[in-house]
Formats: sequence, structure tokens, C-alpha cells
Amino acid sequence: MNDAFSLPQSVLVLGGTSDIARATVRALVARRARTVVLAGRDRRGLEAAAAEAGAAGADRVAVERFEATEVERHCELVQRVFTAHGPIDLVLMAVGVLGDQARDESDPEAAARVITTNFTGPAAALLAVAGQLRAQGQGTLVVLSSVAGERVRRANFVYGASKAGLDGFSQGLGDSLAGSGARVMVVRPGFVRGRMTAGRQPAPFATTPDAVAEAIVEGLARGAETVWVPGGLRAFMALSRHLPRALWRKVPG
Amino acid sequence: MGSSRHQLLTGWGRTSPSRARVVPASGMGRDSLAALVSRPGTGGVIPRGLGRSYGDAAQCAGGTVLDATGLDHLGSFDPQTGLLTVGAGASLDTLMRTFLPRGWFVPVTPGTRQVSVGGAIAADIHGKNHHGDGSLSAHLRSLTLATPTGIRVLRPGSGPEDPSEDARLFWATAGGMGLTGVILEATMQMLAVETASICVDTERLPDLDSLLAAMASGDERYRYSVAWVDSLARGRHLGRAVLTRGNHARLGQLPPARRRPGEALAFAPATRLEAPPLAPGGLLNRVTVGAFNEAWFRRAPRSREGQIQPVAAFFHPLDGVGGWNRLYGPRGFLQYQFVVPFGAEDVLRLALERCSRSGAASFLTVLKRFGPEAGPLSFPMPGWTLALDLPAGRPSLAPVLDSLDEAVAGAGGRVYLAKDSRLSPDLVGAMYPRLARWRSVRDQADPEGVMQSDMARRLGLVSPPRPAPPPPPLLTEGRSQG
Ligand SMILES: Cc1cc2nc3c(=O)[nH]c(=O)nc-3n(C[C@H](O)[C@H](O)[C@H](O)COP(=O)(O)OP(=O)(O)OC[C@H]3O[C@@H](n4cnc5c(N)ncnc54)[C@H](O)[C@@H]3O)c2cc1C
Ligand SMILES: NC(=O)c1ccc[n+]([C@@H]2O[C@H](COP(=O)([O-])OP(=O)(O)OC[C@H]3O[C@@H](n4cnc5c(N)ncnc54)[C@H](OP(=O)(O)O)[C@@H]3O)[C@@H](O)[C@H]2O)c1
Repeated sequence: MNDAFSLPQSVLVLGGTSDIARATVRALVARRARTVVLAGRDRRGLEAAAAEAGAAGADRVAVERFEATEVERHCELVQRVFTAHGPIDLVLMAVGVLGDQARDESDPEAAARVITTNFTGPAAALLAVAGQLRAQGQGTLVVLSSVAGERVRRANFVYGASKAGLDGFSQGLGDSLAGSGARVMVVRPGFVRGRMTAGRQPAPFATTPDAVAEAIVEGLARGAETVWVPGGLRAFMALSRHLPRALWRKVPG
Repeated sequence: MGSSRHQLLTGWGRTSPSRARVVPASGMGRDSLAALVSRPGTGGVIPRGLGRSYGDAAQCAGGTVLDATGLDHLGSFDPQTGLLTVGAGASLDTLMRTFLPRGWFVPVTPGTRQVSVGGAIAADIHGKNHHGDGSLSAHLRSLTLATPTGIRVLRPGSGPEDPSEDARLFWATAGGMGLTGVILEATMQMLAVETASICVDTERLPDLDSLLAAMASGDERYRYSVAWVDSLARGRHLGRAVLTRGNHARLGQLPPARRRPGEALAFAPATRLEAPPLAPGGLLNRVTVGAFNEAWFRRAPRSREGQIQPVAAFFHPLDGVGGWNRLYGPRGFLQYQFVVPFGAEDVLRLALERCSRSGAASFLTVLKRFGPEAGPLSFPMPGWTLALDLPAGRPSLAPVLDSLDEAVAGAGGRVYLAKDSRLSPDLVGAMYPRLARWRSVRDQADPEGVMQSDMARRLGLVSPPRPAPPPPPLLTEGRSQG
């Protein structure tokens, strides 16, 4: 169950190998989480993440296969996890790929794959999770969106648009859950150092997976609907939103 | 059960909301109540009284919450002996309004009258008179309990150690947080009084040591004793407090004009003001609470004796402000109440220091002295109990309270479940060493684990196996609930 600080005792991660997810699981296990279910497509990577959760103090750790693009299987998977391990107090959606903007612009199929992985697949999974949380009468859905989705930039518009879609979808889903006992918290990190951004020049406001994890724990207690990491991005983006298009399109990747 | 509906519920602290099917007990016969707890559908059942427990004790996410306030019949009262049989849904407010004018007071009252008899028994409540009179269970003569295995009439026998099956279930129910079944009715010994007033002595104490010394030496002269502690005072002022103690006023202690029977026993609590419905978060912050505390402490007389106060003013000052729990804003608040045995006074100091240092302003900080211990899940034990009201939306408080839990458990003390919304399951067993015994008695009455609450799940109170929930319907569920 979630306690008065919204700290969960059981957690399901979709995208269990993600750097940010692993840091978040460590932070939650350091508090109250004892049951951790990690779902993803890389068995080896999941097992490493599971071992890490166990070492951090989780008593019950399980891994499940989850391929975000196979939307027809999401309901079955989510239902199985809730039946075997429920109640699940917190579900973290951490799936995402950055894509390769230059390639994706000239390869519509590649672009569609990025969009399916970041938006269509996760959106279907979020609906399946929301159905379970409703039936359960409580629970938190944490969705890793991105600052890139707040105002889409020319330099990474395929990724940015997919995140914008997921972000809007999650907000709407959160509103639809009002009164159900379940809620959605949308997390918008800036540049997070890790394998997704490996080899790239850190952008201003660069942060770390552990900092994102702490911001999530804080946001839960505050009952936040949106969390920016670092927090200063909120004001920064509030200004950027009003930059003229002619300038905005020149902002580099 | 046609009138059941789905509802989002929280405790008094307004944290951790969860949704459940709420079934009103009013109009349900005993048989259908018994049927409800034996065949609950899915997701468990828990009774709920007036929702004055602070945390998740009277919630059952995804399951059924039985609104027991409809079980409010006044059964029978014997004016010779003061024995009252009353439905578990009746409020202590009703009991006072009904019986105080006839010269009978409730044996134990919490800091609010707005609790149900069933909720009071399930938490085995204590009052300002615990040091002498014990908790509510000491004043009960019998209980009628609907368990998943049938309706039982239970008596306390020779006390918490009585080995008979009925007595064991009685003591597992008093303090058992609704997890042994639904209390339908109780018989309790009321207290004969001559007036509806308390004769109060007030003292201001400059620090914790002088406060503890005053309470340890003087409490025996009073039925009621409580100290309000200035939680923001630090250093040499740490623990400065206003100690109020009193006894039921005798008729002769009232001013002559108020000695007529109708007047001496008149119970007329002040009308309720309403707190603003949408209080902004943080209305109660370090500055406002600090100012309030300073004023309160200064306002109290250094020492005053024999002040005559109406019972409502003495016991339930907060009942005058309806919905004051909203003053903490949308994230709600929690109350951290623990007890430590005599000799572990350091833990009191630690708690005051840590909370003061964390900047969390506790609006109400109360210290009492406890007398004897009761059933296995009952909170009180001989020692000191300290209660702090704290805002929940402050993440940094969580680890502070976790470390206090360790200190409390280490000293052989415990946290009060009726106030709890955040304790870790890892420490419940240490705090309630008779938990395993309680579980075995509970499990006999409810072998399939039908009785469930959010608190029971959070703290692992009810042992597995739980009934496997059938696969819930997907996606469309919420919409059909409207
Ligand atoms: C301002 C304030 C001051 C307080 N002061 C004190 C105090 O001084 N001393 C003290 O001991 N407590 C105090 N309390 C706590 C309060 O007395 C308890 O939480 C009490 O249980 C509340 O009763 P309720 O009817 O509101 O129960 P609820 O909060 O609705 O339920 C509490 C528990 O009782 C169970 N329950 C309710 N009805 C039944 C039933 N018919 N059968 C079986 N189980 C049932 C529920 O399942 C739940 O576990 C205070 C609370 C407030 C808000
Ligand atoms: N890093 C950043 O700068 C940054 C900034 C803002 C937002 N975010 C978002 O935060 C989330 C986590 O990112 P991260 O930084 O932790 O990066 P990461 O370590 O690369 O995590 C991405 C996760 O997505 C999974 N995934 C990718 N495609 C999948 C698919 N088709 N099916 C199932 N799982 C798939 C990955 O699994 P595999 O191990 O199998 O690849 C991995 O678990 C993502 O949504 C990302 O968009 C990241």
C-alpha cells in the first residue's frame, strides 16, 4: 500500500533495464518497496537489474517479458502481474528510445518505430495498467515523459513529438482517473546522463538518474502531477515556450 | 445492499485515499451483516465508524467498507448500575448528550466526541484518565461481534491473559482495528457524575524535566491529566508545557446559582464553526504555529487552581471548529503518537528535538502518562505517550519519523495504530510483541482472511493466505461505475 508520503510497497516497472528506472527502484526500495516486478525485453539486463533490487533490500523480485510494440499482449501481461503480485502500488513507465533524428527524417518506417515504442506501445500499456489500478482502488502511475515533449524542437522532432504525445495522453489519463484512488504523475527530465545519452554533449540543466529518482520520491509525497528535473526547468520552459518559431527552430540538439 | 456505492475514502489526516464499495449497515439485519462478512465478494471487508482514525485503518481499497454508523441504537440503560448497552455506530457525542444530563459520563473520552463506540473499541481508546482508569476495554462488560465464522457475544473474563476462547477474542477485538469482525453492540460501565463540569488546575512548566516531575508526582490526585507541549521550543526551553489536570466537579464546587440539577448537568457544547473548505496548503506553518504556541504558553496562568470548565471545553476544544483537519491543505497531515516505558524519557526529548529541527511545525503536541496494558494490539502501556501533528506533504519528514520509530521500538515502546499512516511493517512485531498471538486468535475467527483494510495490508497485520482475487475486468470497469 502507499503510505502517507505516497511511498509504495510494491512496484512494477515497464522498461525495467532503464537507467532512470533502476535508480528509482533503488530509491523506493530504500524506503518502503519490498516487491519489485521488472518488465522488459532484455532478459539479461532485467536479471542484472533484479539482482540490484534484491541487493538493495527487496524481498520479492520478479522479471517479465514486455515488448512495448506488441500492444496486443499488454493487457494479458499487466493482468498477470497484478494477479500474482498485487496490489501494485506504483507503476513506472520507463520505456523510450531516442532514435536517430537524421535517419528517422528520411526513413518513415524508422520514425514510426520510434513513435510506436515511445507513444503507441506505452499508451496501450498505460490503459491496461489504469484498468487494474481502478479495480484495485488505489495506486500511482509514474510516466517518464521528457522536456523534449514540452515544446518540440526541429533538432529532435520525432522523439520530441512521441514524448509530447505520451505526455498529453498521460495527463488526460490522470484526469480520467480522478476519484478512482489512482493517480498519474508525469515526470519531465532534461538531459539525463546515462546510456540513452551516451556520447552526446550534455545540454544545459543536465542531471543524473539518481537525481530523477529523488525528484520522483519528492513528487510523490507532495502529490505532484508534474515533476521537472531539475526543478529549474519548469521556469526555463515557461519562457522557452514563448520564443518565436524563427528562433526556436535554431535551438540545437 | 441496494444503496451501496463506490467512494473515495481517507482517514482524518486526508492522506492515501482509496476507493471501495461502501455498504451502509443501517437497515441491515444481523443475518445480512453476518452474511456480508462471511461472503464479501472480492477484496475484503472492513467496518468504518466516523473516520476519525488518522490513517488507513477504516479503508479497504478495491474491497468493501461497511459503514457501521447506522448501528446506532441505544439498547438499554440501567440507572442503578450505570450499565449501558449501545449499538456500535452510536457516537460518544450522542452518549454525552443523552446521558450526561442524567448524571452519567462515558468512562473514556478521546480528544473528540465525534467517534463511534465501535471505532473507540477497535482502537481501544485512551483518555486523559488512562493513568488511573485504563483504556476503554477496562470498562466494557461485553461485546457482540459479527465474525466471518458467526455472531458471538464476548466477555472479558478475568482479563487479557484469560485463556478461554471467548475472552481471547474479546481482547483481540479491543484494539484489533476492525480486523476480527464487526462490533454490533457493546455493554459498558458509565461513570456517575454530579455535574457536567471539570474542576481544573493549570500549571506552566518551563522545561521537560520539570514537566515530567510534576506529572509523575501529582497525577495521582487527578482523574484527568494532560500536558500541551510547545513543540517549537528548543534548548533549555525544550519541553516547556502547560499542564492541565482535573476531576469531575462536585455539586458543591459549582457557583451556587448553577447548582440546580437541570443546570449542573447541562451539556451544551459550543456551536461549530466551519474551517474554510479550500484552505491553502501550509496555512499551518512554522511561523503561524510558532506564534500560536507562544501566545498559548504566555496566556496560560503560571498556576491556577479550581477553575470550573464545561466538559466539552476541557476534553474537546477542537470539536468547536468543524473540519479543522482541512487547515493542513490538500496533502493532509499525520499524527505521530508513540508510547515509551518509564525510564525511556530520552526518546521524548529526541522526538521533540528531531521534529523541531526538521522544521515541521506540530500544531498540537500532547503528553500523557499511561497506566496498565490491555489486549495484544491495544496501544497503551505503562509509560509516557507523546502525540505530534505533522504535515504530510513534506518528504523530508519520512526519514525523520522512520528513525524515531527505531528509537521507540528500541526502547520497548510502540506507535498508535489508530493514528498511524506510515509505519513500516518491519517494526510492528517489535512494537506489538503479542502480534503473533493476536493473529492466531484472529485467524480462528476469520480463517479465510476476509477482514482486510489498507492498514492491515500495509502493515502485514493479517497473515496470508489471502483469498486470491479473481481476475478483475479490464479497461471498461471504471466507466461502468460512473
Ligand atoms: C481530534 C482527535 C482526537 C483524538 N484523540 C484521541 C485520544 O485522546 N485518545 C485516543 O485513544 N484516540 C484519539 N483519537 C483517535 C480516535 O479515537 C480513534 O481513531 C477512533 O478509532 C475513531 O473512531 P471512529 O468511529 O472515527 O473510527 P474509524 O476511524 O472509522 O475506524 C477506526 C477503526 O475502528 C474500526 N471500526 C470502526 N467501527 C467498527 C465496528 N463497528 N466494529 C469493528 N471495528 C470498527 C475500523 O475498522 C478502524 O480500524 C482522536 C482522533 C481525533 C480526530
Ligand atoms: N536519458 C535522458 O536524457 C532522458 C531525458 C528525458 C526523458 N527520458 C526518458 O526516460 C525514460 C528512461 O530513459 P533512460 O534515461 O533510463 O534510458 P534507458 O536506460 O535507455 O532506458 C530506456 C528503456 O526503454 C526500454 N525499451 C526501449 N525500447 C523498448 C521496447 N521496444 N520494448 C520494451 N522496452 C523498450 C529499454 O529496454 P532495453 O534495455 O531492452 O533497451 C530501457 O529499459 C525514457 O522514456 C526516456 O525517453 C530520458
